[in-house]
Amino acid sequence: MSDERPPETPEARALRRQKRFLDNFLANVPHMKELGIAFHGMGEGWVELVMPFSETQVADPAYGIIASGAIFTLMDSVCGMASMLARGRLEPNATIDLRVDYLRSPRPQATVIGRGECYRMTRQIAFVRGVAHDGDPDKPIAHVAGTFVFTPGGAGVVGSSII
Amino acid sequence: MSPIGFGAALRELPGGRLDMVPYARLLDLSFEQSGGEIRLRMPYAERLVGAPGRLHGGAIAGLLEIAGMAAVIRALPEDERLPRLRPVTVTVDYLRAGQTIDTWAAGEVTRLGRRVVNVISRAWQADRARPIASAHLNFLVDWPEA
Repeated sequence: MSDERPPETPEARALRRQKRFLDNFLANVPHMKELGIAFHGMGEGWVELVMPFSETQVADPAYGIIASGAIFTLMDSVCGMASMLARGRLEPNATIDLRVDYLRSPRPQATVIGRGECYRMTRQIAFVRGVAHDGDPDKPIAHVAGTFVFTPGGAGVVGSSII
Repeated sequence: MSPIGFGAALRELPGGRLDMVPYARLLDLSFEQSGGEIRLRMPYAERLVGAPGRLHGGAIAGLLEIAGMAAVIRALPEDERLPRLRPVTVTVDYLRAGQTIDTWAAGEVTRLGRRVVNVISRAWQADRARPIASAHLNFLVDWPEA
């Protein structure tokens, strides 16, 4: 064998492809780029994004506390991504609704990690849930639940109202 | 510190930018007192985009939250010191895709309690009768120590 690398398992190959897809995907979402949101990790049925602290996310300059809106954006993004991964193919989708429970304030200048999972997929709807934390997953700062709608074969739908 | 704070600006000025809040500056928000409400404006910019050709839902949620806070500040008695408002739960319904044009939002206080305030915010673009999103916001009110 001339190639010294061990052969890649199908699972590892699928994971590598998914990660490359997500990196590309994130680089093309201007608002996520603006907030510094980046890919953090994924596994069976879940995906994580990270939002490193930046002064532009702040709601309260005296304390350096991140705006809840920035956390909402992180969680909308990660839940959308979880539903896309669960779908297994690129299809236009849109958030129907998303609820965020803010359990506590993040620490000042916190890096926030958001995890999303799709726990049920129907023909058109993805049901998602997620958690955000600022370092310790056992002390979450937010819980989310939401739904996304897919428009099968909806090429050209993106950019127009689909509901 | 800015010469005038977020709450004081919303109470005392007829309008202006909300640059004293860095996240509001990121969204490029400004406000105006109009017809008995505080209306927020988020001008279109490419950095607000999510999927190609439409605004990111998170930016719309951020706008709705701040519009909700503005509505609470306006609803409080003017002689009262401003409390801290902590969002407890925020639920956003996305009604239409956000087009790449300016967005407006205003909140309406459903119930002004001493401890909990319930607010509905709506965001719209070209036509107020066709909102692009609405939010149901519940705030915890932290009164300053007397």
